[in-house]
Amino acid sequence: MLLYLFYILSAITVGCALLTIFSKNPVYSVLFVIATFFSIAGHFILLNAQFLAIVQVIVYAGAIMVLFLTVLMYLNLNKSVESSKPLLIKIAAMVSGGLLFLVLIASFKSGLSIAPTSVRGDAGLIKNLGNTLFTEYLFPFEATAVLFLSTMAGAITLTRKK
Amino acid sequence: MEFALLFKILIVVGVFVLTLLVALYSTWAERKVSAIMQDRIGPNRAGPFGLLQPLADGVKMFMKEEIIPGQANRALFILGPCLAMLTAGMTSAIIPWGDVITINPESVPFSEYFTFGESKTYIVQAADINIGILYAFGVVSVGVYGIMIGGWASNNKYSLLGAIRASSQMISYELAMGLSMIAVIMMTGSLSVREIVEQQDGFNWNIWYQPLGFIIFLICAFAETNRAPFDLPECETELIGGYHTEYSSMKLGFFLFAEYFNMFISCAIIAAVYFGGYNFPFMHDLGLSDNAIAIIGIFVFLGKVIFGILFFMWIRWTLPRFRYDQLMKLGWQILIPLAIVNLLFTGLGIIVFK
Amino acid sequence: MAAEVAVATISAPHDYLPIIVQLIVVLAFVGGTILATHFLGPKRKSKAKLDPFECGIEIHGNARTPFSIKYFLVAILFVLFDVEIIFMYPWAVNFKENLSVGFEAGMNNFIQMSIFLGVVLLGFIYVIKKGVLKWD
Repeated sequence: MLLYLFYILSAITVGCALLTIFSKNPVYSVLFVIATFFSIAGHFILLNAQFLAIVQVIVYAGAIMVLFLTVLMYLNLNKSVESSKPLLIKIAAMVSGGLLFLVLIASFKSGLSIAPTSVRGDAGLIKNLGNTLFTEYLFPFEATAVLFLSTMAGAITLTRKK
Repeated sequence: MEFALLFKILIVVGVFVLTLLVALYSTWAERKVSAIMQDRIGPNRAGPFGLLQPLADGVKMFMKEEIIPGQANRALFILGPCLAMLTAGMTSAIIPWGDVITINPESVPFSEYFTFGESKTYIVQAADINIGILYAFGVVSVGVYGIMIGGWASNNKYSLLGAIRASSQMISYELAMGLSMIAVIMMTGSLSVREIVEQQDGFNWNIWYQPLGFIIFLICAFAETNRAPFDLPECETELIGGYHTEYSSMKLGFFLFAEYFNMFISCAIIAAVYFGGYNFPFMHDLGLSDNAIAIIGIFVFLGKVIFGILFFMWIRWTLPRFRYDQLMKLGWQILIPLAIVNLLFTGLGIIVFK
Repeated sequence: MAAEVAVATISAPHDYLPIIVQLIVVLAFVGGTILATHFLGPKRKSKAKLDPFECGIEIHGNARTPFSIKYFLVAILFVLFDVEIIFMYPWAVNFKENLSVGFEAGMNNFIQMSIFLGVVLLGFIYVIKKGVLKWD
């Protein structure tokens, strides 16, 4: 039962991710990204990481994609903005994308060596997550506050340039 | 396994039908309430007291011409109201409508109601999940898309402005909403709505401990449902109909209907989180069996929700609309700092009075 | 106490089955209604009817026009504060439990979050002082 659910969810995830890339209209792309985020949230639920699942929905699908959509609304999407880029840029994009892919594969390979039995089934529930976050990872947590601060300042200086 | 799942499906369908009915009759009640407040009669032609009016409206919505403007993006134009309705319909899953009902009292009560196993106790709730409240927030935060996409796809300036206003307003008030909820969660130590309700046994409601948090949450609920005094996205004098200017037939109906859905669900969440849900005073002193208390509890809960809906309507027909700068100022510069102060005081209060 | 029993029960992925059921029910309702209304209503199209509605005046261009940058700033600030609030949930859930360990642990926990909140609030004050949220 769970396995079938996993297969269905995976198919949806990959399908929506591909559609994101192949859609001509950027608004469709955003919608497919949202669908992808939802199916990833489904994967988190299958792993019993319930809090992460809902964070995926609230932060990624509910906040960041709203920002993306707002930005898209500023663009004039009537003209087809799809211009052909020079060959050099295409090759550079391919190389950098391929490198990123390599890094991802490498990280997954090392990640797979963790025995599945060593992962606790309830590690993703909010209580356990909170305990870990506020003991082991306290410093990185407080550091994110500084990150927020700098982001706010950055956003304001960027948009207030006269 | 089978019966437990069947029971869940029954609850899901039942709750959905109930939500539909309440939303339908909210439109009727809204007219009656506004009529009474303005010294009019209100709908009284279709059926006794105009009770068939919502049905007539529904049929009218179905039979109207479906117009998709020539310049609009067809697929997104249809998707917008569908998304709004979909998100509005999904939230009711986590509302605990009633306490545990035991079919066979001799079996082990309560301790394994979660499993679809052999237990004979059933909870009157579709999904009792670990992160219940956050699920509601998640669905609400996705609800912005229906309006944004609908307004943008219409390719009408008023729709676009209405959509942008609506999304901006909804995301601004989500923040204060979350902050005021955190103060409650600090007290209960759980995100499950059922546990939050269980801790408000009898008359021990959260509202007594969180009056400020409740007021903040209530104001945010008004803003999230886009109801007056926060109905700027559809402010007629400036924006015609706002984001649904171009909509007609059932697609318009979805947008309007989603608002009533959302109002019902927000009232249910407020009743569950702040007003004790299905708990009522002296519930253990009546000498009734647990099942009887559970069944009375369902009606008590619905009573609280209906009272909430009437309160929403009372506010709508009493207060004038905000100006947009006032709205943003209220959301960001008053409610968010207030919610943070409330949170800090709650924390200190728990530490001191523990 | 009843609540503690519920905490002890395991939360597992199958808690979410009813939500899938609900999704199917709502999807069926939405899809069915949209289809029904598509076939039921009359269809009499005309040029004027399909034009965007602009109160009867001749239409000017289309709606793909830029609007105030303020909305964008609000969206960015929303993302930041949303993440901040999400961080507070795991803290709030454990708050009482940490306090039950002892006054020291509870107070520590409170101070940890106060520092985080304080830094973020500094940014918030900066945003307000810069007049980003002024709408006139």
